[in-house]
Amino acid sequence: MALLVDIQKKLPGFKLEVKFETGMNILGLLGASGSGKSMTLRCIAGIDKPDHGRIVLNGRTLFDSQKGINLPCQKRKLGYLFQNYALFPNMTVEENIGFGIGDKKRADRLAIIKKQVKMIKLEGLEKRYPNQLSGGQQQRVALARALAIEPEVLLLDEPFSALDDYLRSHMVKQLSETLANYQGVTLFVTHNMNEAYSICDKLVILAQGKIEAKGRTVEAFKSPPSLVAAQLTGCKNLSLAKYIAPFELQALDWGINLKTEIEISRQIEWVGIRAHTIELASDGKGDNVFRCWLNSTSETPSWMTVYLAVEKQTQRLDNQQIQWEVTKQMWSELKDKPQPWNLRINPEELIIV
Amino acid sequence: MEFSFIPIILSLKVAFASVIIVACSSIPIAGLMAKREFLGKDVVESIITLPLVLPPSVIGFMLLVFFGKNGPLGKLLEQWFHTRIVFTLEGAVIAAAVVSLPLMYQSVKVAMESVDQNLEKAARTLGAGELKVFFTITLPLAWNGIVAGLVLAFARSLGEFGATLMIAGNIPGKTQTMPLAIYFANESGDTRQASILVIIMTVFSFLVIYGLNRWGKGSKRDSRGGGNNA
Repeated sequence: MALLVDIQKKLPGFKLEVKFETGMNILGLLGASGSGKSMTLRCIAGIDKPDHGRIVLNGRTLFDSQKGINLPCQKRKLGYLFQNYALFPNMTVEENIGFGIGDKKRADRLAIIKKQVKMIKLEGLEKRYPNQLSGGQQQRVALARALAIEPEVLLLDEPFSALDDYLRSHMVKQLSETLANYQGVTLFVTHNMNEAYSICDKLVILAQGKIEAKGRTVEAFKSPPSLVAAQLTGCKNLSLAKYIAPFELQALDWGINLKTEIEISRQIEWVGIRAHTIELASDGKGDNVFRCWLNSTSETPSWMTVYLAVEKQTQRLDNQQIQWEVTKQMWSELKDKPQPWNLRINPEELIIV
Repeated sequence: MEFSFIPIILSLKVAFASVIIVACSSIPIAGLMAKREFLGKDVVESIITLPLVLPPSVIGFMLLVFFGKNGPLGKLLEQWFHTRIVFTLEGAVIAAAVVSLPLMYQSVKVAMESVDQNLEKAARTLGAGELKVFFTITLPLAWNGIVAGLVLAFARSLGEFGATLMIAGNIPGKTQTMPLAIYFANESGDTRQASILVIIMTVFSFLVIYGLNRWGKGSKRDSRGGGNNA
C-alpha cells in the first residue's frame, strides 16, 4: 500500500508544490487555512486537477501530466470525508452508506451496510435522515459511507472542524480506533496541531503551498526544521538567535543567553521555547535561569497564560514577551510570590531552527 | 347567448401540453446550464430568457415567420408531415410553451445551482457517473424548484393571449382559449360569458399563487435539505 504524490498547481496568490510518499501509516497534512492542504487532497481525489506532476496509488497511475493521464474521480476508488460530511439529505443513513456500492448484489450490499452501521454503532438509526442525527453521528455516517466502497486511500478533510470541543475529543478517539482497523493509506488534513499529534504517525507541514517539514510526528514536534513548522506545531515563543559557542546562543528578542543540549551550527536563525516547558527555579543560580517580571496574564478554563518580560529588556514589544503556560494550581501559588521570579528553561526543550 | 365551456377545455389542453413540453426541455437544459461551462453560455441563456421580456406580439410574429407557410420550419412540416401549425391548437401550445419556458427554466436552474456542490462531488468520489449524480442527487434536491416552476409554467400557459392570437388565431371551438374568449366576448357585448371566464381565471390564478406560497413555507420548515450544514 503506497501513495505517491508529486504535484504542482497554480493557485491564487501562491503555487502549490507538494511531493511526498506514504504507506500504511496515517499521514497528516498540517497547515494554516489557505496553505493548500485541502487542495492537495482534492487533487488526489480527482475533484481538482493539478497543472503538473503525477499521483500514483499502489502502482496505479491516477494522474500523470506528461502521459496525459487523468483518471476521473469515479474511477479512483478513494474514500473522501468532506469537511461538512456532505451526507445526502434526501437519503437515509443506510441509503447514504449504500450509495457507493450500488453495483453489488443486493444481499452483499445489505451485509456491507449492516457491517458499517455496526462499526459506527448506529444500530437502530438506519432509517433516519441526516438532519435527524447529531454532528458526531453525521460524521460517523460519512466515514462509514466512505469506507463502504473499500477504498485504497482514505482522505479526511478537517473532519472535526464542524464539531464542538466536547464532541471533538470523543470523536478523535473513535476515529483513531476506526482507522486502526482500516487497511489502507490514510491522509488527514487539519490545521489543529493537537489533532495532528494524536492521530497521525507522520506529518507533512505545509505553508503557502510548500512543504516546510515532513517526518515522524513526534520528531516534527520536538525539532521542527523551520520557523513556520515551529509555529504550526504550537511553539508560542520564538526569537531571533545568534551563535555564541557550540553549545550557547543568544536570543536577540529576549536579550538572554541560552545553553543548548545539542551542538548548534553558526547558521542558526531562531530559537523557540514551548510555553509549557518553562520551569520555576528555586534560586537564581544555574544555567538558563532568568529573572522575569510579570507583564500580563490571560486565562483559559484549564490554564493561565502568563506574559513575562526578561530583566534586561527596556521596551516591551509583543515579540519580546515570553509566554508561559501554567496550571491553575501553580498560578495560585505563584501569584503572591515576590517578583522577579527565577525561571529555568530546560536546554533539552529548546527548539533550534 | 349560451355559456360555452369549450374555451376552458381548450385552455386546459393547451396548458397541459405546454407544461409537458416545457418540463421535458427545461430540466435537461437547466441541468447543463447550472453545472457546465461552455462557450456562448450567456448567449444561450439570454435567448431562453428573452420571451420573458419581449412583448407577446413580437413572439407571435417570430413564430409566424418560423412556422408560416414559407417559414423554414413551416415548410418542412408541410412537406414531410403534411401538417401546419398556423391557426391550429398545436400553434397555441407552441406559443404557450415558448412564453412559459423562461419561468420554468429560471426556477429549475436556481434550484439546481443551490444544490450543495459538495454533495455532487461526494457522489462522484463514491463512484457515481454524471447521470447517476443528476438523477439521485441534483434532481431530488432541486425538486421544490421544479414543482414551483411547473405550476408557474402551467398558470402562464393558461393565460397566454398575444402570441396565441397571432399564431393560432381566434377560431371558436378550435383555437379560442379562455383569454381569447374573454377578449372577444367582451368585444361583442357578451359580458356574461366574459365575466364567468374572468372569475374562473382569477380564482384559479389566486389558488396557484396562494398554494405556491403556502407550500414554499411548509417545505422550508421541514426541509430535509438543511440537514448536513451542521
